[in-house]
Amino acid sequence: MGGRDTDMVLLDENGIRCDGRKVDEPRRITIKAGVLKNANGSAYIEFGDNKILAGVYGPRDVHPKHMSNADTGILRCRYHMVPFSVSERKNPAPSRREIEISKVIREALEPAVMLERFPRTAVDVYMEILQADGGTRCAALDAAAVALADAGIPMRDMVSACAAGKVADTVILDVNNEEDQAGQADMPIAYMPNLNQITLLQLDGIMSLEEYNKCIEIGIKGCKIVYELQKKALAEKYFPEEQS
Amino acid sequence: MTVFTTMDELKRNRIMDLLQEGKRIDGRALDEYRSITIDTGVVPKANGSARVRLGDSEVICGIKIQPDRPFSDVGEKGIFICTAELLPLSHPTVETGPPNESVIELARVVDRGIRESHMIDLTQLVIKKDESVVGVFADNVVLDYDGNLFDACSYAATSAILTAQMPRWEYGDNGPELQEGLEPLPTTTLPVSVTMAKIGSHIIADPNSDEWDCMDARITITTNSEGNICALQKGGKGGFTVDELATCGEIAINSSNKIRDILQAVVPK
Repeated sequence: MGGRDTDMVLLDENGIRCDGRKVDEPRRITIKAGVLKNANGSAYIEFGDNKILAGVYGPRDVHPKHMSNADTGILRCRYHMVPFSVSERKNPAPSRREIEISKVIREALEPAVMLERFPRTAVDVYMEILQADGGTRCAALDAAAVALADAGIPMRDMVSACAAGKVADTVILDVNNEEDQAGQADMPIAYMPNLNQITLLQLDGIMSLEEYNKCIEIGIKGCKIVYELQKKALAEKYFPEEQS
Repeated sequence: MTVFTTMDELKRNRIMDLLQEGKRIDGRALDEYRSITIDTGVVPKANGSARVRLGDSEVICGIKIQPDRPFSDVGEKGIFICTAELLPLSHPTVETGPPNESVIELARVVDRGIRESHMIDLTQLVIKKDESVVGVFADNVVLDYDGNLFDACSYAATSAILTAQMPRWEYGDNGPELQEGLEPLPTTTLPVSVTMAKIGSHIIADPNSDEWDCMDARITITTNSEGNICALQKGGKGGFTVDELATCGEIAINSSNKIRDILQAVVPK
């Protein structure tokens, strides 16, 4: 939480947020599967003003070889922000923040991907943040999961992510950039909707035990909304004639 | 730090079998912490320091306090930065060189827990607005590894902060000028990090290195003195159900009270 002082009204008396949303309403989300020629699987997501591209390669040979595992395949994830994705130019070298996010995203996807079917290989997931506006890790994860499915990699479940949070002492769904900077808490959540498992969970900001449980509940609601859109994106690519 | 050998597989089976009976490999209860011993002032050249032993995990945190330029967008606040590093003598698999992602995560989770609790009142660390502020650097070095470094580093950092003595500066013609006298750091709350592992369907607090190597997932929840949650991080390849997360939240709040008393006891009366 930036905790910055701001004159912005995050939540007005009618329960409407700074960008006109209700407390339990996510931003506009569009997902398109299969947007790259070379990648084995790919997806593009617009999550509010976030614009993110995900590409998947593999299962393929592991380089460097010593990383390979004779018992299982390995998943490698890179979350990366391009230099022009934020207001002030970002140094293109991976920051400590991006390394941490890459790790938590990998750990959120690993339970879903059947890597044990592809010993000695690697599945590489690249997520490029073209424009960032709060909640990029969740949006990147949503695109990555669609790209993995698009690559035809066997999965136990989809992984859907959305953040919950707290502004003006109220629990809200899908924290945008302004709410992240000036709000009280941000809790990114990733969820496997059929296996009912939470695979990514972070929090910064202060909340009571009651609010914590409420945040998880509302966050899962958001994940389920995303899940429907992920399925729709895949259906639009693979069963276009059935889409009206 | 996860090297699977036949031995580890046997150990995992043993740990699993014991958990079925509600027992742990070192005889602790599921929500029981290992012994926590804290020595403060162990490095007198630092402005504050603490050596923490959590079971056989051992960490020293040193605090350095010095004037610094404020971050451009927050000129009315001092700076707090917390780091963590595994020294090569702490474990056979630790190598020298740039930190790997696990160590980066460790440092960032420990930093986040203390930062988000607003333990240090950074508004009181301004020498001259937008020009000069006090920077507080809490650097953790891990000396010996037996699992759960998240909590060990967090306790070392908070103990060192509680006992640190801050010099005073006034802004003069040549920038900040050192004054006579020392005072404690201004603190508002005492964050306590509680790390739990999920092994099978069991949740255990403060996993040791054997448990750490065979867990499915972990979660670190930091709570403040008011009993609220202020930071959280899930890790590991597995997932949690909603009910398990509710349990973890309760364990974190319950365990933190006892640990907070131990940490608070480092402050001289």
